[in-house]
Amino acid sequence: MQGEMEDLGLHAKMSMTQSQLRADEAKLIKSVCAGEREAFYELVRPYERMIYATAISVAKNPADAEEIAQEAVLKAFSHLCGFRGESKFSTWLVQITYNEAKMRLKKARRHLHESIDDQQQSEDGDFWPRDYADWRPIPSELLEQNEIRQAVQDAINSLSPGYRETLVLRDVQHLSVKETSAILGISEPAVKTRLHRARLLLRDRLAPGIDGFWTKGQPYRKARAW
Amino acid sequence: MATIEISCVEVWREISNYLDEEISPEMRERMEAHFKACAHCTAILDGTRNVVGLVGDGRVFRMPDGFSNRLYKKLQKLL
Repeated sequence: MQGEMEDLGLHAKMSMTQSQLRADEAKLIKSVCAGEREAFYELVRPYERMIYATAISVAKNPADAEEIAQEAVLKAFSHLCGFRGESKFSTWLVQITYNEAKMRLKKARRHLHESIDDQQQSEDGDFWPRDYADWRPIPSELLEQNEIRQAVQDAINSLSPGYRETLVLRDVQHLSVKETSAILGISEPAVKTRLHRARLLLRDRLAPGIDGFWTKGQPYRKARAW
Repeated sequence: MATIEISCVEVWREISNYLDEEISPEMRERMEAHFKACAHCTAILDGTRNVVGLVGDGRVFRMPDGFSNRLYKKLQKLL
């Protein structure tokens, strides 16, 4: 009972913080549209990482992701006064970034005569794990190591676009199923299926390396070459 | 009441929903009974939970050095 009350209290506090944030952002948007253009810095600053992560989930390489992020922020500024507050400001920014990234990718692929659909993995049938490596909890300090961060990024990059983008929006950006479904333009059940498969595929690719080889100082490629 | 048994394939199908707490209390109970008896599925559950923790950590997608400065320089031209 006490736990439930604490949960309710925490939930109320979070909703309060969320509504306060939305009110603060609405005020800043109003200021920018009224001509105080520098206020746009303040509005975008908390979401830089979110914008970058969205861009890299599509582009896969840091240089392209940075260009996409810059272009998306410029577009967000140009269209800010048209923002109606129907979604959170952060979701709107992610949507702009995602669209920008996809547009660039399409252009690049048209140039290479490739289709994005060629790389989609089938979503039919059950997922069978490749192995049952026992993965003990990893100390979070491991993420301070460049090699580990790179291995996680490589594993994410190895997923097909649909899985990768869903995983980044849900598990990296912590967007809801509904928000992710709106941004990607797919149904909510499809978001859940893709997320499920992305997580299991990543586990398959990361588990043997993280638990065995990386922590013993051997290169992860020896454990699993993806 | 006895918990109805569930197969490994059914458990794998629901692992993600289990982690997101998007399954019925009955299904949760069946899965938990399965995890107690199945080391393979427990390993998959632990690994999947670790994946969610790893990718959700802000450090995985670190922005390149100087990212903010370059972004604001670009924006400055427009402002």
